[in-house]
Amino acid sequence: MSEGIEPQAAVVVEDVSMVFNIANEQLNSLKEYMLKLVKRELFFKEFCALKNISLQVEKGDVFGIVGVNGSGKSTLLKIVAGVLEPTRGSCTVRGTIAPLIELGAGFDLELTARENIFLNGSLLGYSRLYIKEHFDEIVEFADLWEFLELPMKNYSSGMIARIAFAIATVIVPDVLIVDETLAVGDMFFQEKCEARINTLIQEYGTTVLFVSHDINQVERICERAVWIEKGHQQMLGTVDEVCEAYRMREKGAL
Amino acid sequence: MNNISERLKHDWFILANLVSKDFKLKYRRSILGVLWSVLNPFLMMVVLALVFSFIFRGDDASQPFPVYLILGTTLFNLMAVSTTAGANSIIEAAPLIKKIRINKLIFPLEKVLFELVNFALSLIAVAVVLIYFQVAPTLNLLFLPLLLLYVVIFSVGLSLLLSALAVFFRDIIYLWSVVITAWTYATPLFWPINALPEWLAAVMKFNPMYQFVTYFRSITMCGVPPKISDLLTATASGTPYVAIWQTPSLKANLICVGMALITLVVGFLVFKATQRRFILYV
Repeated sequence: MSEGIEPQAAVVVEDVSMVFNIANEQLNSLKEYMLKLVKRELFFKEFCALKNISLQVEKGDVFGIVGVNGSGKSTLLKIVAGVLEPTRGSCTVRGTIAPLIELGAGFDLELTARENIFLNGSLLGYSRLYIKEHFDEIVEFADLWEFLELPMKNYSSGMIARIAFAIATVIVPDVLIVDETLAVGDMFFQEKCEARINTLIQEYGTTVLFVSHDINQVERICERAVWIEKGHQQMLGTVDEVCEAYRMREKGAL
Repeated sequence: MNNISERLKHDWFILANLVSKDFKLKYRRSILGVLWSVLNPFLMMVVLALVFSFIFRGDDASQPFPVYLILGTTLFNLMAVSTTAGANSIIEAAPLIKKIRINKLIFPLEKVLFELVNFALSLIAVAVVLIYFQVAPTLNLLFLPLLLLYVVIFSVGLSLLLSALAVFFRDIIYLWSVVITAWTYATPLFWPINALPEWLAAVMKFNPMYQFVTYFRSITMCGVPPKISDLLTATASGTPYVAIWQTPSLKANLICVGMALITLVVGFLVFKATQRRFILYV
């Protein structure tokens, strides 16, 4: 517990910057690298994906992140999820986190759904016991009882998404990260997903980080929001303020 | 503290899952399945024994030759295959590393453990050969777990080093396959150590695989008489024959431990220092 952070903050992002080194050329071979090094032609272009982002998400908040494509939203999410380490600054998350950024990480399509549930579950941080206990629940939610022993390469992409979502949300996380990737599956399943997320928010007080460039969806679901523009934190505030400003800018740009 | 043990327990669970995944995938859709892990080293030994029996005439130290051969090749294979797979492990795990927070040490470690399982199966083939040539087991076999620990530590160290470097330079992978081939011939697997001139034999002591392989042969062939003729003259004259393979000494153990640990430490340090940047390059 570091000082200066309010106890109820679930996610604290402090002055985070993310700099990528983009090599002028792709140098993946030792020979090229040595040649360039000797010739002193080894230049890197710095690309700043995020610049001095600071925000705090209170426990139980539903927090939106808006911005156009390539503005750094996904980079920020990856930092919060702990996949990327920021170049500068720090990011603290209280409690368990369920990143729905990339569903089905580590699925091996040669394996059956049953085997994949255990594999993916372990990668998401569940214990063997926990997966066993909630196995029926997962299959029930994905509605895939008949295909449980089938290799997943025979599944449709919708079916894969269903099982991935079911595994990822069977746990009640303290922080849930929802990316735009949820636009998979049929209408019926999408509703089921939204219902599940709503249950998590309302009944369990889960903190949600929600990313979308669909401004209306953000307005509908979130309470507070941040607007990121080319890696800069453009605006932070209530969802109405941010969305209004964002719309103004879009109009201005058009 | 509790947190750390919890995390270790969980990493172990992931490891177990990945190993079982690799195992299931390896033999899916093959009729003989797992049996191949036994058949493969056995058939390799038969081929090599046939080839090398004609080229080199085995001498005292390498009798019975097929036993000498299979012990060397199976153990060397454990290192060769696991480090080759290990070198690829981080690049292969790129989709996972990019998506979820995970202890990256798991991937090279998993490859070595998976090969250890395969090695355990190939021991069945070794046992068959030992029985056929009537090499009686001795208490020295109790050293086997210790030897495997050395080799696993050594292979993990190499895998950590190679997998980390391979992220930045893919050349490492191609280079390594050449190194392994060279190493195979530079280690007395098919030929006896006394085929070397003295100074080369001295250099050979710095080859960790030579140390491990010799250790393996020592504990398995301990007490095997060098030559039937020697045995006969020895019993006739009443003097005991001198066995070539002897219980590994403390010194031999220390050499093995030292080589394994140094490799592990180097690999671990390189891996630790670079793992933050993996995600930017895979």
